[in-house]
Formats: sequence, C-alpha cells, structure tokens
Amino acid sequence: MNNTTAITSDFKRFIRFFLQELKPKGKWLTPFNIISIPVILLGTIILFIRFTQGLGSVTNLSQEFPWGFWIGFDVVIGVAFAGGAYIITFVVYVMKVEKYHSIVRVTVLNGLLAYIFYAGALVLDLGRPWHIINPIIGNSFGYNSVLFLVAWHFLLYMLAEFVEFSPVIAQWAQLEKVRKFVSALTLGAVIFGITLSMLHQSGLGALFLMAKPKIHPLWYSEFIPILFFVSSIFAGLSMIIFEGTISHKVFRNLIGEKSQHSFEEIILGMAKGAAISMFVYYFFKALIFIHEQQWELINDFWGYWYLVEVIGFVLIPCFMFAYAVKTRNTTIIRLAAIITLIGIILNRLNISVIAFKWDAVNKYYPSWEEIIVTLMVVFTEIWVFRWIVTRMPVFSKQH
Amino acid sequence: MDRRNFLKTTAAVCAATLPFKNIKAEETEMKTEFSGVLVDTTRCIGCRSCEVACSKEHDLYVPDIKNDSALESLRTTSEKQWTVVNRFETEKGEVFVKRQCLHCWQPACTAACLTNAMYKTKEGPVTWDGDKCMGCRYCMVSCPFDIPKFEYNEWNPKIQKCNMCFERLQQGKKPACVEACPTDALMFGSKRQLMEVARHRVYNYPDKYVHKIYGEHDVGGTGWLYLSAIPFEQIGFSTDLGTTPYPEYTKEFLFSVPLVLFSIPAFLLGLNLLTNRKNELSEKQGWKNE
Repeated sequence: MNNTTAITSDFKRFIRFFLQELKPKGKWLTPFNIISIPVILLGTIILFIRFTQGLGSVTNLSQEFPWGFWIGFDVVIGVAFAGGAYIITFVVYVMKVEKYHSIVRVTVLNGLLAYIFYAGALVLDLGRPWHIINPIIGNSFGYNSVLFLVAWHFLLYMLAEFVEFSPVIAQWAQLEKVRKFVSALTLGAVIFGITLSMLHQSGLGALFLMAKPKIHPLWYSEFIPILFFVSSIFAGLSMIIFEGTISHKVFRNLIGEKSQHSFEEIILGMAKGAAISMFVYYFFKALIFIHEQQWELINDFWGYWYLVEVIGFVLIPCFMFAYAVKTRNTTIIRLAAIITLIGIILNRLNISVIAFKWDAVNKYYPSWEEIIVTLMVVFTEIWVFRWIVTRMPVFSKQH
Repeated sequence: MDRRNFLKTTAAVCAATLPFKNIKAEETEMKTEFSGVLVDTTRCIGCRSCEVACSKEHDLYVPDIKNDSALESLRTTSEKQWTVVNRFETEKGEVFVKRQCLHCWQPACTAACLTNAMYKTKEGPVTWDGDKCMGCRYCMVSCPFDIPKFEYNEWNPKIQKCNMCFERLQQGKKPACVEACPTDALMFGSKRQLMEVARHRVYNYPDKYVHKIYGEHDVGGTGWLYLSAIPFEQIGFSTDLGTTPYPEYTKEFLFSVPLVLFSIPAFLLGLNLLTNRKNELSEKQGWKNE
C-alpha cells in the first residue's frame, strides 16, 4: 500500500518535473532557430500534402526510380553516419579503453536520435505506412527478405541504444533505483547492439543485391554488404569528429575545459582508426575492381565518376588522416572527416540513386520538396538533441 | 534369435519404406504444377484484344484500341494497364510483343517483400495482397523486368501488376487475355506442356523461329514463355539477366545472419572478460562501470 503511494507520488513528481523541463531555455532568436523554424513548418505542410495526395504530389519518384532521396539520403546515409555509436561502445565497454569514455553518452545519444529520425524517415516514404506493423506483429513474416531483417534490426537496435542511454535519463529524472537497474543492462545492450549494427549496416547494402542489372557494374558487387559495413566504421568515426567539433563550439559552457583538451586526444585516436579502416576499404575496392576486370569501364563518364569517389573521397582523406595523426594536426583531421563524410554521401547516393539505372533517359533528381523534408528531419533531430543535452547530463561524466 | 529378429526388422523396414516411397512419389506427381502462358510472337497480329480484356477483367483503364494509336511508341506496363502490346520494326517485318508480369518460378519481388504481400501461389501466379503491403516498393527495386507499378498519386496507393487472372484460374477458367486472343498467339497450360509445344514448334519450323525459348532458363525460369522469329534482344527483351534465380543473390547474406547473430555476441563477451582479467592483472585502476 505504502509502496503504491510512493510510486504514484514519484510519478507525479516526475510529470511535474518533465513539464517544467519542457519549457525552452536560453535565447529564442538564434541563427539556427531562424533558419530551422520556417523549414520545419514548410516541411509539415509538404508532409500533409504527401499523406493526402500521394507520394507523386511532392516527390520526383517514378516507376523507374522507386527509391529516391528519402531512402538514399535519410535512411541509407543517416544510418551509416550513426555507425559511431557501435564503434565507441565497443571500444569503451568491450575493450575498456578509458580514453573515450567521456564521449560515450553523446555518441550513443546521437546514434539513438539518428535511428529514430533517419531510419524513422522510412515511414514518410512508405505508401501504406499503417501496415508497417505487419512484419512485426507476425501475421505476415517475410523471412526471406533482406528488408525484413533490416526493419527488425532497426527496431531492436533502437531499443538497445535506448537501454544504453537510459541511465542518463534516469539520472536526469533523479530516479536512483531505475538508474542502477538500467546501468546493469548496459554491457548486454552494448554487445547486442554491436551485433545488430554489423548485420543491418551490411544489410542496407544487401538490399541492393537483387538490383543487379540496374546498378552500374563499377558499383555493383556481391560484396556490397561487406563494403557497407567497413565504410560505416569510418563514416561513424568521421561523424563523431565532425559533430564533436561543432558541439565543442556550440555547447562550450556545458563541456569543461579539461574535456576540451582530452577531446583533441580522442580525435587523434579516431583519426587513426579511420585511416586504417579506410585503407582496408580502399584495398578491398581495388581487389574487386581488378578481380572483376573492369578496366574497360573506366574510360567514360561513369569511370571518371567512380575514380572521383574512390580516389578523391576515400584514398585522399585516408592519407590525410594518416598524415595528420603523425603530425598531430587536428585541423587536417577535421578537414579529412568532412571529405570522408561527403565520400560516404557520394557512395551511398551512387548505389541508390545516381548509378542506379545510370543509362535511364529520364534520370531522377530530388524535388525541392524532398530536400525541404530531409532538412526538416535533420533540423528536428538537432532540436531534440539540443533539448536533451541542455537538460540531461550528457556531456558531463560524473555519475 | 538375434538374427531372426534382425531379419524381421529389416524386412519390416523394407516393407514399410517401399510403398511409402511410392506414395511419396505419387504425391509429388499429383502436386499442382505451375501454370503459365506461351506467347508465340509470330502469331500475334497486334490487335490488342488482350489489353482490353485484361483491363475489363480487373477494372482498370480500358484503352480505345481503334483510335489511340498507342502502337506508335514503345510502352511499358503501368499502374493503369497490366499488359501492353508493342510493335517492333524488324528485318522480318512488323513483330508484336505482349508484355506483362512473367511470373518467375523464383521471383525477386516475393523474396524482396517483407510482409509476404507479393506471393508466389502454388498454382503459379504471383499475386499482391493489399492488406499486407506497406508500400516500401522494394519489389520494384528488385524486379529485373520492372513489372510492379506503384500508384504515386493516391493517398492509399496499390502495387499494380498482372496476377495471371488468379481469380479466374481458381474457377477453372483461363486468363482473360488468353481467352480474348483471336489468333492463338497465347496458350495457357503447365510449364511442362508449354515447353513441349514450344519445342515442337521450333523443331518443326527450324527456319521460322530462333532456337531459344525465352523464359525457359532466364532468371531461373519464368511462368510465361516466348517464341520469336528474330533474336529476342531486338524485340525489347533483356537477354543478359542470367539464369540464376534472383533470390539466390541475397541467400548468402541471409545464411550468414544467424551465424553472426550467435557467434559475435559470444566473441564480444569473451573479449570483454579477457580485458577484465588483463586490467585486474595490471592493477590498472580507473575504469568504472556506470
């Protein structure tokens, strides 16, 4: 009896606390707000039209190009960029490298939000989204579908990341017992999460295996799943460098002077990881190229475009990372991270949109509405991220 | 005693297995064979009766075949029409080719579908179920013939494609297009029967036909088969799709999933315990679990 009243009073206290926290903190008229608010409002209107009049009313999708920017950019690229979470949790919780502990929370939060928003953007692209529960509740399991696997892994991974992040929420809500309980689950969630990540990062690539005649032979390979997995490693690391650099500028008051300094060390470590994984990736790409004897494909527009991606946005940033680690130059690392991220965007868009039906007469390009909705998804994610880091102990390490 | 017992058991087992095997064989024999249609393009006169019959049967857009001069351009099937006839100018004169879903034996679309909305029925037709489909369009990405079409301008869009008149087959009737064809260019039957007829025609008229039956082996075999007087690539067919059934391309990946799902956690846990031990030994302090 006493117990229940204690729980209800706890619950009431939490609701009051939550409503209190919902109120905005800080200035309203920041440059980010001025840009993002109109975009989010416009995106909402576009989505209203999309759900009442069909996908064709706002997108350039066609019978030839069933997947466009929303899948190719939001989902496929968004998930690759979120790869940092499984790498950092692996390094910190499995390998117990203490150096990276200070960025675990923010990286996991980034991963969690990326999955909620970018993998969640899949719903916008579904023609009949009210049937999204079909493959989950079990009345129609398409076991033999790669997409079935990817959908389930998205869902389970979000859960795993939520468990990994929940100690921070519990700490914020001052629920000590809950915090202790969920903290005990961390290692399990981490191991489960890494396994799921390996499978769905490669699974996103495996989605395109059956599109064999449609993808330019320079980009199609039976090893797409492995290439997607390996590239998600340096995509994730570069994203942490990129996002961390911005966070350390924007949220300077939340991050102590000491962790500012240790962040430099962290960046150097991650640049090393990125350089190695990029070289492995490049080597694998070259092996596939030689093994498939694709020399005659290289001397036209698509061949040059392929070289731009593989040399300009993989090999060059790879050397930049390696050089910067040797000279301890974090500026070059940050530059290399940005080039790497562009390279990932190029690679994923090439497979899903650009080199997909490369010889089609009516090529697909995104409509402005598709781009606005994509920006809306990104901005909304940043809003939620900002709301969380200014309230919960994400940057601070004290437990 | 032992020996007798042994002989008895052996005899009993043999007796049990032999008729059992026969029953088994009979059962497979009796199983429904996949149905399909043989299209003899040398017989098609381009009247487009099949287009009209198909659209009427499925409440789709009925083309005005007398006046719309649709044969002037190459068309694809659409969300409004499940089948179209195209005209090709060739060295042997005009050739008309009917296009629709080929009803692959191992379809890419059904392997792609995560809700089993695309479904290969045991009778042969590949059908679509609107109560299951979530509109992800992965079937469209996977189909090597670009057959499934999506209603982009509907709030509740459907995937539109030929279902070989599955509802008519259930009633023992032939597909609407086959019944409407005035020149017997279309022939309905089991693939076994159709292959016999097709081969028979090629053997009897070796100069009339090219010596290939499209769909015999392409993408692992299709339900619909085509005969032609001129090479298939000249009348709009992709002849470079290979003979591998498309689901095979994802099979290796899918097989590796359970392997990864069980071996990697064990590996990670082992790694974790190993580093624990290492940290204890070196008496390195500092790492704290949250």
